[in-house]
Amino acid sequence: MKLFELTRADDPAQAIAAGAKATTAQQGADIRFIAGGTNLVDFMKLNVETPGKLVDINHLPFDKIESLPDGGLKIGAVVRNTDLAQHAVVRKNYAVLSQALLSGASVQLRNMATTAGNLLQRTRCMYFRDTAMACNKREPGSGCAAITGVNRGLAILGTSEHCIATNPSDMNVALAALEAVIHIRGPKGERSVPIDDFHLLPGNTPQRETILEPGDLITHVTLPPPSPGARSLYLKLRDRASFEFALASAAVVITAEGGTITRARVALGGVGAKPWRSREAEVELTWQPANQSVFQKAADSALREAKPQSQNGFKVELAKRCLVHALKLVTQTA
Amino acid sequence: MADQSETPKKSQSGSQFGKSTRRTFISRLGMAGLLTSAGQVFAQRPLAEPTPVSETKDAVPAVEGAIPVTLRVNGQQYELRIDPRTTLLDCLREHLHLTGSKKGCDHGQCGACTVHINGRRMNSCLCLAAMYQGDEITTIEGLGQPENLHPMQEAFVAHDAYQCGYCTCGQIMSAVALLTEPCGPEDAEVKEFMSGNICRCGAYQNIVAAIQSVRQNTSRQQAG
Repeated sequence: MKLFELTRADDPAQAIAAGAKATTAQQGADIRFIAGGTNLVDFMKLNVETPGKLVDINHLPFDKIESLPDGGLKIGAVVRNTDLAQHAVVRKNYAVLSQALLSGASVQLRNMATTAGNLLQRTRCMYFRDTAMACNKREPGSGCAAITGVNRGLAILGTSEHCIATNPSDMNVALAALEAVIHIRGPKGERSVPIDDFHLLPGNTPQRETILEPGDLITHVTLPPPSPGARSLYLKLRDRASFEFALASAAVVITAEGGTITRARVALGGVGAKPWRSREAEVELTWQPANQSVFQKAADSALREAKPQSQNGFKVELAKRCLVHALKLVTQTA
Repeated sequence: MADQSETPKKSQSGSQFGKSTRRTFISRLGMAGLLTSAGQVFAQRPLAEPTPVSETKDAVPAVEGAIPVTLRVNGQQYELRIDPRTTLLDCLREHLHLTGSKKGCDHGQCGACTVHINGRRMNSCLCLAAMYQGDEITTIEGLGQPENLHPMQEAFVAHDAYQCGYCTCGQIMSAVALLTEPCGPEDAEVKEFMSGNICRCGAYQNIVAAIQSVRQNTSRQQAG
């Protein structure tokens, strides 16, 4: 691990000023905010992350979950995954988020990991983790060893010829289906970004994963008020029953009246270069009866653009079945 | 990782840590790997101090960029100067000589390093020690001692919930934390809550049995 200077921010302005001196907020950042550290310290040990300065943001006042006047929810950036998953309002109104969080990592990691940290979770692609390998995300222009290598766990949606890494987060998939908004404070002021616009597709610049610029500090995430009568669910398929990343997962938020779906929000995990909102599936579901053939059509449309690699062709069918089953479970009458 | 290749500055926390311990004695014999894998369920203070080879051999050169850190571990305060890269796990083991917390994967995947921070279990291998000043850190040594075991330690012994013992301290720290977590009554739920602790010997059945026995005793006591 490269030697770094460890500083602590006592207020947001301090953190932003410190972060603004970085040359980038993306891969290769020389200054990093640190909260839970579960992802960052891991990558620093591997020399994938080599910041010369860490700014501890654990003491900033972003550790609360608050109900908003409009019925929505405000989640502080350093709220721990455990606390978010167990929060009474989340369990009641945003079950998909609670389920997604509890399906990820282990209790120990969830006790450390934060909301903003989870949003910025890096890929598990083993070529990204290994500095001896070619990886355009870690070292732009070096190539992608995964495309011709072991790519069973990697993405089939949103990839490019330069990168096929999967976004590994479960939380992000639920947040995509819930249409969460990310609130950022930076050197130029505050802005709010829908989660769908927050993560970037790899394209020609896989080293850029989010819209964050130097000094940008995620302060909180907001969820819109729960849609009346909506039910939500997270279904995760993986090689092990626990403590394993998704091969395919589905987050669904569905409102059905008298057997007809009136509103649908669908996102997929484990298959996308970013948390994969599928508007195509949502269109196929809306104003349709909640039955198997409609679910199948929605799943087919969600995976229509899939580009499987040499070892992950199974993910196309797996993701379809995952979504179909999630839709079946969430629309079953209790 | 770098922490291991570059020797961090020695603890200034008191003379007892500068002395030769059974552990340093053993490692001088070059048998550390053999004996740690032979299995020691609970960390013990050396019963008799082995003859120190030489104190100066243990002297660690000053590390450039070392920072002062105050940690509270098992109710005791320690003042140290450490390299900022030092993880809480390395700090506990190498500076405070609390070697109950084990280094397995060093990447938060195996749970052997599990400690409690402010009552919550965490992977100490992913914690930078300097970020946990002012927090209450509890290790297996703070949970119980051979003459005064925690009920969970007793249950692990009674149920033979280990073979080699390397993961055991982490398993017990997780199991004790589980008692206050929203874990359902079934074995399946215990397994899910314990999935962050890997046991290569595969003692899972007995680990679950040990945990369930403590939970049943606790609920019986509460009912009675």
